[in-house]
Amino acid sequence: MDLTAHHFIVLLPLLLTCATAVLVMLGIAWQRNHSQSYLLSVLGLGAALLSLPAALHSSPQSVTALLTVDRFACFYMALILLASIACVTLAHAYLGEQQGKGYPGNREELYLLMLLATAGGLVLVSTQHLAGLFIGLELLSVPTYGLVAYAFFNRRSLEGGIKHMVLSVAGSAFLLFGIALLYADTGSLSFAGVGDRFMADAHPAALIQLGMGMLLVGLAFKLSLVPFHLWTPDVYEGAPAPAAAFLATASKVAVFAVLLRLFQFLPAASTPALHHLLAIIAVASILVGNLLALLQNNLKRLLGYSSIAHFGYLVIALVASQGLAVEAVSVYLATYVLTTLGAFGVITLMSTPYSGRDCDALYEYRGLFWRRPYLTAVLTVMMLSLAGIPLTAGFIGKFYIIAVGVQAELWWLLGALVLGSAIGVFYYLRVMVTLFMVEPNLRRHDAPFDWGQRAGGVMLLVVAILAFVLGIYPQPLLAMLSSVNLG
Amino acid sequence: MILPWLVLIPFIGGLLCWVAEHYSSSLPRWLGLLTMGLELLLGLWLWHQGDFQLAPAAGSPPAWELEFKYIWIQRFGISIHLALDGLSLLMILLTGLLGLLSVLCSWQEIQKHVGFFHLNLMWILGGVVGVFLALDLFLFFFFWEMMLVPMYFLIALWGHSAADGRTSRINAATKFFIYTQASGLIMLVAILGLVFVNFHNSGELTFDYAKLLQARLAPSVEYILMLGFFVAFAVKLPVVPVHSWLPDAHAQAPTAGSVDLAGILLKTAAYGLLRFAVPLFPNASAEFAPIAMGLGVLGIIYGALLAFAQTDIKRLVAYTSVSHMGFVLVGIYSGSQIALQGVVIQMLAHGLSAAALFILCGQLYERLHTRDLREMGGLWGRLNYLPGVMLFFAAASLGLPGTGNFLGEFLILLGTFKVAPLIAVLASVGLVLASVYSLIMIQRAFYGPAKADGVLPGLDRREQAMVLSLIGLLVLLGIYPQPVLDTSLASMDGVQQWLAAAFSQLISAR
Repeated sequence: MDLTAHHFIVLLPLLLTCATAVLVMLGIAWQRNHSQSYLLSVLGLGAALLSLPAALHSSPQSVTALLTVDRFACFYMALILLASIACVTLAHAYLGEQQGKGYPGNREELYLLMLLATAGGLVLVSTQHLAGLFIGLELLSVPTYGLVAYAFFNRRSLEGGIKHMVLSVAGSAFLLFGIALLYADTGSLSFAGVGDRFMADAHPAALIQLGMGMLLVGLAFKLSLVPFHLWTPDVYEGAPAPAAAFLATASKVAVFAVLLRLFQFLPAASTPALHHLLAIIAVASILVGNLLALLQNNLKRLLGYSSIAHFGYLVIALVASQGLAVEAVSVYLATYVLTTLGAFGVITLMSTPYSGRDCDALYEYRGLFWRRPYLTAVLTVMMLSLAGIPLTAGFIGKFYIIAVGVQAELWWLLGALVLGSAIGVFYYLRVMVTLFMVEPNLRRHDAPFDWGQRAGGVMLLVVAILAFVLGIYPQPLLAMLSSVNLG
Repeated sequence: MILPWLVLIPFIGGLLCWVAEHYSSSLPRWLGLLTMGLELLLGLWLWHQGDFQLAPAAGSPPAWELEFKYIWIQRFGISIHLALDGLSLLMILLTGLLGLLSVLCSWQEIQKHVGFFHLNLMWILGGVVGVFLALDLFLFFFFWEMMLVPMYFLIALWGHSAADGRTSRINAATKFFIYTQASGLIMLVAILGLVFVNFHNSGELTFDYAKLLQARLAPSVEYILMLGFFVAFAVKLPVVPVHSWLPDAHAQAPTAGSVDLAGILLKTAAYGLLRFAVPLFPNASAEFAPIAMGLGVLGIIYGALLAFAQTDIKRLVAYTSVSHMGFVLVGIYSGSQIALQGVVIQMLAHGLSAAALFILCGQLYERLHTRDLREMGGLWGRLNYLPGVMLFFAAASLGLPGTGNFLGEFLILLGTFKVAPLIAVLASVGLVLASVYSLIMIQRAFYGPAKADGVLPGLDRREQAMVLSLIGLLVLLGIYPQPVLDTSLASMDGVQQWLAAAFSQLISAR
């Protein structure tokens, strides 16, 4: 096929991100400079973000069979790019701005890995083809192994990285096998082609059902849904805070977006088996995630378990797969990204600059309010938002999920959601009240006093204000999202 | 434009209190006092110049004394819709008054982080005012959940842990939060269910009260949705099987927290029943009425018996609240106009008397540093004023004629007797038990041999002013309740019409 200017315009975000990766690499080869690499990365990602309106204008547009840029893709690209910019900014603060203090190894490659993973995410959200799905997923996953193990002289980080790699590769193997089975039966790799065959038969062949099941398992690994969640807490704990933030936001958003698109072509409700499987996964993720989070004394592990539960809530919308479902997922993911970035942002700033271990034990946050009121306010808003309390963005997301559940009459799943939220409130409140308790005498970690004036701090404050404003006045976001449909 | 200001004033005042802490530690207190004074004055001014003949009633589009509407989330047909009728006005007056008192009663008690304390206090009150004014179901839920967070902080950060160390203040606060949050989510599911059923029938996605009143519901759906609302209100009221957060929360909360909790937060549940659960689902409510009244009687007797057995004076008062709110539940579901008017009086009178009792408990604690009745005794001779005042409020709580409590309970029993004689007879057992627990409290605390010698400091001016004004109001409510009854008449009339129509339909169906 011929490539015209239109094609290049819709691909601009992806092209710019890849070009930035090359530029940063060349920059490192020429001369190592931390700030320069950071600036290049942010500028590149920012340019990609700015090119989105142009891409949106030319959409929907297919570029080869693999990629299709439409409104849906554009929205998720924006979300991923924003999350990446935030993570890169956090990483800059985390690694340390001056030479000699902070992270002792080579700092610049972290940006390279993040840029590559971002490019993978962009491919993933705009693909409508199983091959594109696999390429995007691997491009997203492989750099994250490096990201998790970036602080490799820390035993936990290395262990987390290896664990992530092994399990992720196992997930990919499932995925590939599933794709192969689907291809064997339908002879097509595009979502639409598989979907047509799927819908054509009243009782799809066992092979195609098995293929879908395996595909689902593979994606569930990446989304850490129960029972494929075992890697999550260890990896979250081991990964340096900005890397964990990236894993929790950009990476998961991209995978969930592709899953959602897949299900739009193959509505889950069309086979009872898949429907039940998803419902069981949702209930299990909500309950297991919340229950295991109850007794955590490590904030990063706690957030890991809470993310399992949150993706359980999201699967409810996937099961419903009708009415408001797509919109609900978009809203929920947007609020979730905002909230998770905020929470990990606070952990990052508390651990800034890098000094061996992150500040992630809950007792290290005791009495934070009385010495860092604004940082605490940010974390408080994030915890309330994760718990879904009004005045925060998280409430709007939860409201949407419940609305979808009611609309599709999924009473059992709603019951699990209510129960899960009640359990969840317990540990979010535990974190919150810790922040306000009397402070201990001994403390190892603390955020730098001028955190609010640095890039990371400014970004964090913006995230917190957004989370608050969206909770009070969500209309602009909703108006934008109600038009985000597939195709 | 006055209605949004009623909601906004406490929120803005709270923020100012927080900021003011940097300048002086007493400035937040004065600002809090000013904020709540302004709120109360606005309420009084509204009372003075309104006539309150307008209230929602069955069969016609709801009419309001004052209304404010602003489109908020267009996507779902959600608007910031506030409206005022007699019932909401009375509740707002109560909120303003008790808000003022809770600022006053923490003047000495709260010494650390004064600004943040007042921020939380003001935000609770703002949320409560929002609940009393909201007419959009989403907005109502928004405020309903929002007041939990500051209350949580109030208990968790400034509360007292129990002497025996069994229940810490953080556990109590968390229990309170989880109970109300989980039941709130069930209500949210029911709200959305109602909205989508209405959307299905009429094609309009809206959360507006007036429009949802017209929703046509199948009987079974109506019953289930009603239960969803009832669960949330039952937890907050509290109704007996789901009451266990209340004694813990009260016992551990600082005085101001207890005053707000007993005086106003419990009333939001009764208000929710009157404003939402009954009018939106009249038929299901009528069908459910015998069960609800049964639960009410259970609460009256169970609360009274447990109150009698307590050794912690604040827990004792907390259980009396369970008992008194049982009367409210009986009155609401009796569907008789006299009983419904009694409910309003009972809500106001209980708000005043429970607040007073908690303030007095706080003052006792400040002097004795214990809430354990076993360590009190013989205080009558050692304390000036306080025992006498306490005796008055104990008498009010047992329903002595001349106080508002008597009037409320009497009207409720009178109205209920015509509808459900058995329930009324059983409920009046509560009055007997009330005198038992009230008197035993006075006996244990103030009579008998003294545990120590020496005179304790009596009440100072601030404390005297607080309790004396409450005595005055309670007596006024008891002997001249007519202005209050006039104000709430139209609102209660509406509720009564809804229930009466549903009851007659139910009887003809049998």
